[in-house]
Amino acid sequence: MKENVAGGAGRAAERLPRPATQQPIAVRGRGRRAAGDNRAAYAFLTPWLIGMAVFTIGPMLFSLYLAFTRYDLSSAPEWIGLDNFRRMFTTDPRFFDSVDVTLTYVLWSVPLLLAVSLGLAMLLNRGMRFLTGYRALFYMPSLIGGSVAVAALWRQIFGEEGIVNKALAAVGIDHGSWVGDPGSALYTIVVLQVWTFGSAMVIFLAGLRQIPQELYDAAAVDGAGPVRRFRSVTLPMLSPLVFFNLLLSVVNAFQAFTGAYVVSNGTGGPSDSTLFYTLYLYEQGFAQLNMGYAAAMAWVLVLGLAVFTGLLFLSSRYWVHYGDER
Amino acid sequence: MTTTTPTPRAAPPRRPRRLLFGNRPTRSPLLRALVKHSVMIITLVLMLYPLLWMVGASFRPDNQVFSTLGLFTGDFTTDNYRDGWTGGDQLNFSRFFFNSLTLTVLCIAGNLISCSLTAYAFARLDFRFKKTLFALVIGTLLLPYHVTLVPQYILFNQLGWVNSFLPLVVPKVMATDAFFIFLMVQFIRALPRSLDDAARIDGCGHWGIFRRVIVPLSIPAFGTTALFTFINTWNDFLGPMLYLTEPGTWTVSQGLASFLDATGQSAYGSLFAMSTLSLVPVLGFFIAAQKLLVEGIATSGLK
Repeated sequence: MKENVAGGAGRAAERLPRPATQQPIAVRGRGRRAAGDNRAAYAFLTPWLIGMAVFTIGPMLFSLYLAFTRYDLSSAPEWIGLDNFRRMFTTDPRFFDSVDVTLTYVLWSVPLLLAVSLGLAMLLNRGMRFLTGYRALFYMPSLIGGSVAVAALWRQIFGEEGIVNKALAAVGIDHGSWVGDPGSALYTIVVLQVWTFGSAMVIFLAGLRQIPQELYDAAAVDGAGPVRRFRSVTLPMLSPLVFFNLLLSVVNAFQAFTGAYVVSNGTGGPSDSTLFYTLYLYEQGFAQLNMGYAAAMAWVLVLGLAVFTGLLFLSSRYWVHYGDER
Repeated sequence: MTTTTPTPRAAPPRRPRRLLFGNRPTRSPLLRALVKHSVMIITLVLMLYPLLWMVGASFRPDNQVFSTLGLFTGDFTTDNYRDGWTGGDQLNFSRFFFNSLTLTVLCIAGNLISCSLTAYAFARLDFRFKKTLFALVIGTLLLPYHVTLVPQYILFNQLGWVNSFLPLVVPKVMATDAFFIFLMVQFIRALPRSLDDAARIDGCGHWGIFRRVIVPLSIPAFGTTALFTFINTWNDFLGPMLYLTEPGTWTVSQGLASFLDATGQSAYGSLFAMSTLSLVPVLGFFIAAQKLLVEGIATSGLK
């Protein structure tokens, strides 16, 4: 039984993207003890194996089945073949709205977040005083950016009477509510995401410290100016971390929920302008009880994200440099 | 051709600059530091101003909450805190804080125990299907939670676990947080195996090695796991919203969100007061363990 679970699960995992850090665990010529380890190992693994089967693999298979059904929690699931997917791609404009909103959000927030975090990390790196203090303060928003408290605050800041408008009024600019305007509501959430750049910055800072000073000295001797040094030394040396941060922020951005829910009061409004994919999935599944449709949406997201991250991994061959290659 | 041109071109522009800024090469380090610190401080103020403004607003009477851009202007009152904390029957934040705290402690305990057991097996033991199973851990790292959201809800609904903490805690006890498994595997693999061997010679079995050698040496990894489980659970909104529907079981996140739904402009003072209060444990934790945390993130790549 255990072997069946493991085998099926292994194949499921192969379809998923893998992070660059994956290393096969070294098996160190301990074959003579392997038989003894088997029992102990599976004893240690029992909670995880149960959790994997009951809370991950099982639900995944069940949601794959649900994706081809109509199910509202009260009656049995009804098999409807590809209808959910057909509806998604042909007759549901809100689905496309949600894809559009999510992609717009990813394409704005991720590059901005990376640029801000890298820029500040480079400024901080050059032997500044109070480095740890600055670092901690910049990091703080990352801890609370996903909370309801901050999302609620955001709604007030960018509201009609919010402090953003108060500050603008002081310089003579008059503007209505930012969260109430379909043209700007999404960008207030982009700002919220970029506000949490601290965690990426901390990772960049750690990476910058690893770049040997000799490389910069050599570049300076060759007459490279600051721009050239950044392009030819800093960026290539830092590229594994840029890739890592890019991957994490993309995955995070695709799954954003709390900010959009709170800022739009759970509606994805105004005019569906903040109808994030996750928000729409939640609405379909748990407000309208179209659980089959929600499951289908979840699988489309998994595949979409797999393709997206797969492309990132493919592209990484051309721009990510690991120290051990020549 | 293109490779040789940049070098000669890069040099000449320096001279005119020197004419403009006579002392540029020896520009005082003091001035540079001043410019840098100004950039940092301005950025920080812009970033943190909304939070400070919220703290200020939480101490103003309701009718003055939005009256000013200033931080601590206007009348001072602690009514917002009293009102929010004791509240009516529906929005009783002392209850919500108690619920959040209970939930958080249970999730931390679940994650620490289950993830460390799992990590020990992957880091130290040899067994069949080890590679396949570890690939599974890695695979679930990037798996969007949406795909299990609906079926898990159906499962917990069938079990009658809705309106209890079980749907939020039991998965943690079963090591479903792949990230922390990964973190601990990396940490344990870096510990010297000679310690295990020494314990084995002294008569320890795997359980003894785990309990007497691995656990005490893995305190930093335990600390990072505990802190991030704390933050994730404390901030979580979707999970509680799905499974805790009775106001008596609500967490702080839900309390704040319902504040936003139910009340008009008149209660923003209390909303800000309770928001401020809800951020205190997270920021307090962070300030207390700042060094451990930031170093841990820097080395493990934790978000």
